Amino acid sequence: MSTRRDFLKRALAGTIVGAGATAGNVALARETYKVPPGGLGLLYDATLCVGCKACVAACKEANGNPPEFNTVDQLWDTPLDTSGNTFNIIKMYRNGTMEKKDAETNGYSFMKTSCLHCADPSCVSACPVSAMTKNPVTGIVEYNPDKCIGCRYCVAACPFGIPKYQYNDPLGRIGKCELCNHRHKDGHYSACAEVCPTGATLFGKTADLLAEARRRLALKPGEITTYPRGRLGDAAAPNVNWRVEPDQSYEGVVANYQQHIYGEKEYGGTQVLKLSGVPFEKVGMPKLPPYSSAATSETIQHTLYGGLIMPVAVLGALAWVAKRNVKPEAEEGDKS
Amino acid sequence: MSTQHHAKPAPVGGPLLNAVTLTAGILIAIMAAILVVRLFYGLGSVTALNDGYPWGIWIVVDVMIGSAFACGGFSVAMLVYIFNKGEYHPLVRPALLASLFGYTLAGVAVIVDLGRWWNVWNMYWPWSANPNSVMFEVAICITLYIIVMWIEFAPTFFEKFGMDAAKRKLSKIMFIIIALGTLLPMMHQSSLGTLWVVLGAQVHPLWQTPLVPLLFLLTAIIMGYAVVLFESCVASSAYRRSIEMNLLTPMAKVMLGLVAAYIVVRFGDLIWRGALGLAFGFSLETVMFWLEMACFFAPFLLIGTEVQRRSPARLFLAGIVIMLGGSLLRLNGFLIGYNTGGAYQYFPSLTEVLVTVGMFSIEVLGYIIITRRFPVLPREEAHA
Repeated sequence: MSTRRDFLKRALAGTIVGAGATAGNVALARETYKVPPGGLGLLYDATLCVGCKACVAACKEANGNPPEFNTVDQLWDTPLDTSGNTFNIIKMYRNGTMEKKDAETNGYSFMKTSCLHCADPSCVSACPVSAMTKNPVTGIVEYNPDKCIGCRYCVAACPFGIPKYQYNDPLGRIGKCELCNHRHKDGHYSACAEVCPTGATLFGKTADLLAEARRRLALKPGEITTYPRGRLGDAAAPNVNWRVEPDQSYEGVVANYQQHIYGEKEYGGTQVLKLSGVPFEKVGMPKLPPYSSAATSETIQHTLYGGLIMPVAVLGALAWVAKRNVKPEAEEGDKS
Repeated sequence: MSTQHHAKPAPVGGPLLNAVTLTAGILIAIMAAILVVRLFYGLGSVTALNDGYPWGIWIVVDVMIGSAFACGGFSVAMLVYIFNKGEYHPLVRPALLASLFGYTLAGVAVIVDLGRWWNVWNMYWPWSANPNSVMFEVAICITLYIIVMWIEFAPTFFEKFGMDAAKRKLSKIMFIIIALGTLLPMMHQSSLGTLWVVLGAQVHPLWQTPLVPLLFLLTAIIMGYAVVLFESCVASSAYRRSIEMNLLTPMAKVMLGLVAAYIVVRFGDLIWRGALGLAFGFSLETVMFWLEMACFFAPFLLIGTEVQRRSPARLFLAGIVIMLGGSLLRLNGFLIGYNTGGAYQYFPSLTEVLVTVGMFSIEVLGYIIITRRFPVLPREEAHA
C-alpha cells in the first residue's frame, strides 16, 4: 500500500511542477514585439475607396497570379476571398437601402483584405523552418518557398486568415502579400498603392502613415483637405531608390470617420493601417487584443524549454530513477 | 521488483493470412492508390481541406489522436521503470509495440499531409530551425522518440535472431533510453496542445488556455493506460489467450486517479479563466464539450469499484470511453472549436477518411505480424 501512496504522491508532485511551470509564464512573459522604426506598410482609407478594384488587378499582375473564376461565363477574374493565387481583394459591406457611402445603416463601404504585416506575426512564430520571416529593417513578413514544407501552420495561426495554400497544385505554395518587395529594386513600391486612383491605399513608412491617419481623424467631417496619392513621404528603405513621381495629391471632402485606427493597437500593432466610416467589426476586421498570441505561445515554450534547462534536469532525474529500477539484463536475466 | 516470475515473451505463432490481415491489406492498397492521386494532383484532389480549415483529419486524427493512442508504451514504461512497479512488466512489450507503430505512422501521416514534403529536410537543418515554433519542437521530439522507441524495442529483434551480445550491450545503457523514452513524449505530447495557443481567439475559450500543455500531457498518459486496457482485451480475445486481470485491475485504478486529477485541472482552469459559463447554452461547441467531459466522468460509473474493475468487459468499455474523451479534446480544439471567422466549412472527404483508415490498418497488420512471429506477448502457459 505504501508504494501506491508513494506513486500517487509522485504523480501529484509532477502535476504541480507542470502547472507551476505553465503558470510561471505570467512572470517571465515575453513582450509583444513593436513595429520596427523603418517598418513599411500601407494606409487604407475606406472612405476614399471607390471599389474600382484596380489594386486587385495590379496585385495579380505584379505577383504573376492567374485569374480565379466564380461566374458561369468565366470572363473576369472574380475571386471571392484572398487565396493562394489572390493576395489582395476589395470586399464590400452593404446595409439596407445602400444609399449612403460609409454609413453603417442604409449604407455601404469597401474594405481591403491583404496581409497586415504584424509587428509580432503569428505566422512567423508558427513556422517550424523559418520559411516565414519578418524583415528586421522593413518589417515585411516575407515567404521563402524553398524552405517551406507546406505544413500550413501559418494558415491556421494567422488571426486575419492571410497566408493561404494552393491546394490544387501538387507543388503548391503559400501565397500572401509581401508588399511587392520583389519590385523595390526597380524603384517600384506596392502595386496596389501605385495604381490606386484616389489614394485610398497609400504606401509608406508605418510611422508616417500613422501620422497621416491621425491627421485625418482630427479633421471635421465635411471639411476640405489634401489627400496624397501613391507613396507617402520618403519611405526610405535600404538599397531602394523609389522612382520619382509628380505630385499626385488632390483636395477632397473629409468623411465621417470612426475614431479608430485599425492596426495601431491590434495584436500589438500592424504595419498596414486602416480607416473606415463603418465600425471595423462590420467590415470584417476581427476584434483583437493589444498583444499577440505569438508572445503567449513563445512564453510557454521558452518557460518549459528555454536553454533546454528543464528537459535536461528532468532527463537527469529520470535517468537516475531508471538506473536504480532497471537492472542490466533484468528483462530476461533472471532466467525465470 | 522485476525479479518476480514473469512469463517470458514468446511469439504467438499461427497463420499470417486470415480475414483480418487480408482486409487490412486491401485497405492499405486503397490508401496507396489515393496517395498516388494526392502526389500528382495536390492535396485538394483528395481532401476537403481549405484555407479556413488547413488541418483536417490527417493531422488531427492520424497525428494528434494517433500519437496519443500510441502513449501506451510510454505510460506503462513510466509505471514500471520510473515508479518501480515491476509487476506491470509483461505489459511493456506489447504496449511498446503499439506505440512504435502509432508513432511511426504518425510520422508517415505528417509527410503525406505536407504540401511541400520535398523540403522536409529543413526541419533538421540548423539554419532553418525556428526554436520559437511549437511545431519545430514537436517535430524534433517526435523524430527522436521514434528512434528511441526502436532502440527500446530492439531486444525483441535481438532475441528473435539470437543476437545475445548486442542485447547484453544494449541492456547496460537501457536506463538512459528509458529516461529519454519518458521525457520525449512528455515534451511533445504537451506541445501538441501548445500548438493551438498561437491560434489565439480562433480557438473557442472552452479549449483555448495557456494550460493546454498540461491538459494534453495528462490525457496522453491516461489514454496510454486506456489503450493498454483496450488492447489487452482485444489481443486476448483475438488470440484466445487468458487476460492479465491481475495487472489490468490495479492499473485501471491508477488510471482512474489520474482521470480525477485531470477533471480537477480541466474544470479548475475553466473556472479560473471565467470560461465555464460558455459551456451552458446550446451549440455544437457546448454539446461536444459535454460529450468530451462525459467520457471522463463515465469511467467512475464503469469501473469505480474494485469489483467492477475485475470485469474485463468493464475495463474494455472504460478504455474505450477514455480513448474517446482524449480524442474529443483534440478534435474539439483543432476542428470543432476552431473558427477563422469566414464562411469556411470542413467535413472530411471519403478519400481522406480512407487514408486515415489505411494508416490504422497498417498498425493492425504490423501488430499481428510482429506478435505472431516475434517475442512480444507473454508466453501462454498450459492454462489457455
